[in-house]
Amino acid sequence: MNKEDTLNYFQQCMEENADISSAVAAIHTLIEHLKLSPAGTLAGLRESLKDCISWLMETDNSVTSISSGCELFLRFITLTALDQMNFQESKNILVERGKMYLQKVAGSRDKIAALGEPFIRDGCSILTHSHSRVVLKTLLEAAANKKRFNIYITESCPDRSGEKMARKLREAGIPVVVILDAAAGYIMEKVDLVMVGAEGVVESGGIINKIGTYQLATCAKIANKPFYVVVESFKFVRFIYPLNQQDVPNEYKYHASTLKSFSDLSHAHPLIDYTPPTYITLLFTDLGVLTPSAISDELIKLYC
Amino acid sequence: MDNEVQSSAADSSPATDKEAKKLSKKERRQLRLKEQGKLDGAKSPAVGGASQGPQGGTSAAPETQGATKSKAELKAARRAKQEADREKKKLAGGSPAVAGGGSASVSDKQPKPRLSKSVSDSTASKKEPPRVSDDLQQDDPKVQKRRAKKLERHQIPQRVEHERKVSLFSHLDQYERQVSVTRGLSFASGGIHPAILRLGLQYAEGIICGANARCIAMLHAFKQVIADYTTPPQKELSRDLESKIKPYISFLNVCRPKSVSMGNAIKHLKLQISHIPQDMTDAKAKEHLYECIDNYVKEKILLAAVAISKDAIKKINDGDVILIYTCSSLIRQVLCDAHRAGKKFRVVIVDSRPKMEGIEAVRRLMKHGIKCTYILINAVSYMMQEVSKVFLGAHALLANGYVMSRVGSSVIATVAKAYNVPVLICCETYKFSERVQTDSFVSNELGDPDDLVKTGKPTQYLSNWRDIQSLTLLNLVYDVTPPDFISMVITEIGMLPCTSVPVVLRVKSVDS
Repeated sequence: MNKEDTLNYFQQCMEENADISSAVAAIHTLIEHLKLSPAGTLAGLRESLKDCISWLMETDNSVTSISSGCELFLRFITLTALDQMNFQESKNILVERGKMYLQKVAGSRDKIAALGEPFIRDGCSILTHSHSRVVLKTLLEAAANKKRFNIYITESCPDRSGEKMARKLREAGIPVVVILDAAAGYIMEKVDLVMVGAEGVVESGGIINKIGTYQLATCAKIANKPFYVVVESFKFVRFIYPLNQQDVPNEYKYHASTLKSFSDLSHAHPLIDYTPPTYITLLFTDLGVLTPSAISDELIKLYC
Repeated sequence: MDNEVQSSAADSSPATDKEAKKLSKKERRQLRLKEQGKLDGAKSPAVGGASQGPQGGTSAAPETQGATKSKAELKAARRAKQEADREKKKLAGGSPAVAGGGSASVSDKQPKPRLSKSVSDSTASKKEPPRVSDDLQQDDPKVQKRRAKKLERHQIPQRVEHERKVSLFSHLDQYERQVSVTRGLSFASGGIHPAILRLGLQYAEGIICGANARCIAMLHAFKQVIADYTTPPQKELSRDLESKIKPYISFLNVCRPKSVSMGNAIKHLKLQISHIPQDMTDAKAKEHLYECIDNYVKEKILLAAVAISKDAIKKINDGDVILIYTCSSLIRQVLCDAHRAGKKFRVVIVDSRPKMEGIEAVRRLMKHGIKCTYILINAVSYMMQEVSKVFLGAHALLANGYVMSRVGSSVIATVAKAYNVPVLICCETYKFSERVQTDSFVSNELGDPDDLVKTGKPTQYLSNWRDIQSLTLLNLVYDVTPPDFISMVITEIGMLPCTSVPVVLRVKSVDS
């Protein structure tokens, strides 16, 4: 599979199933790549997978979740003992494990929805940000459990993904009000809790998410409202520990195309921001409900 | 029956339905009379006979009296019933104490559990291990005696106690420069090894200071000890060597309290010694121990520093202004490596009395051509405005995420937090400690108070401070910083938040 085929397959995955996140689509692509790889040794296989990951990182998608998902995938499939087998058998086992990993990932959203649902009380109002499939799932789960609540959602410029989310919520019969991004402070006194998704969870326990999340978090902190993050564990990123916004790597902040076209990045708009762990009340993950300080513990367990 | 009495009392209060009330009254009286009859039968003749007499006579009295009388009667009846029940139980239990009266048997029973309880209490308190370590109870005469005995056993001269201490810190040892540390020591065989002796004096004089330097120097001295060691006949190396090392450690401790890094290294060395098999020859065992010590220094200290510096360089950007405090060897290495990697940054070195180690850091960084600014700690809040990152070293990282470091680090971290400047701690994992501490009072080191007296001025104002009764001097060596003020800890296993210390400790203990 060359670069073009890989990217086409990835694009196809994203289009066929709008309900999967880009990380899952990337994992699908990696498995396909693994199957078709001409490499004759395990080291060669690993190299070709790494190449594939670097191609996927160049697409204009959420780089954070793709890199974390792929990294964990690599780690998961290579943790098997492949001692006395020939290469073809080993490759089959790797593909098998890849599918197993995909299954595990597919089940995580339901688990999170079940964990997060009790935190939504009857009659409360929730502020959320941008479009997140796992937040949507949690809200739908709560609505299915006969909870009545209303949603305020920021329109989330520049791509106005908040409106897409609002449409989906309206279809499910949940009352939604779309607010301006700039109205976050205005609306904060009216809401009972803030619930957002995340593109990545970093080592410090903070999150990387669509631009505007950080301002919601600071407003929520000042107003003493709980700030919940709903996120799957395949979005945990190791080796990234931003000290502040400036310290977040550029490839996460901007699209690959922006990085190439802009010579001075101070004129480009960042797509994501970093929310430090002090602003986060709890994270609902498929590993359980965690405090931000437990994230690093889980990461050490995952990689050590 | 209780309900009955209460309701009859309530009957006297005005009620709406009088007829119903009257009826109920009559009915109740009849019921009561019936019950009395029954109870009388059940009562034992000895108890019931006496109390029944007067009550039986007044049973036909007017209504108001009837209520009170019935109360008394009921009480007596209840008592009798209880006693009968009790006796029945005793008979059923078949205990030999039945012969005694009911009250007597009860009184017999009660003290027994009490006695056993007090006995168990005292045994529990005996078995319970002492909760506070001896190092933190130097004001307790018992502990002092115990320590004196231990030192005598190890043939190590004791330090002269100083009474002039700040009372809040009287539970800690105060270390003052004095000649007595080695005065009584002989160089006869069986005494303290000269390498250890020299090391102890270097510690006491402050020639070797800093957690890493002290640890490496100690391991080096122990290597010499092992080289000069021969197992006596009819003894095992693994046991004899450990007992030989013990007095050395307490000697080093007398010279200056051992650091967390040294404690962990000693623990590792002792473990290695105890794992040496019986049938191994001396030469081989020594070879093995050399290798262990060398590996420990290499992996835990030197290579760890390389790994940390690699990670830390990533956090230094062009144009940064980095503030450091005193002269941590690790931070120095990080800054030099970053400079070598071509990063363009400026360093602000904060210094403080009495050790004034910062000036040494300035000298060494200038030698590498790094731009430096030198200030004292009282100017830190002014300087913090232009600083973009604070790098601090650490003496130890505690299990609750607190950082123990050179006194003043806490001030720096607090000011940095106030100015929203990230604070990064560089620390090897061998300095992680399982201890928990939330303030600098409970466990700390008290330096020589005379160090505070020395100022750069020609007149020495406090040279006679010992004669001023109302004056005490306090020279604290360490303080602790809460995790809220620290953005990140860089270790050889990666960048972590302070709160992950227990996980690292757990992973380490599983590995070993």
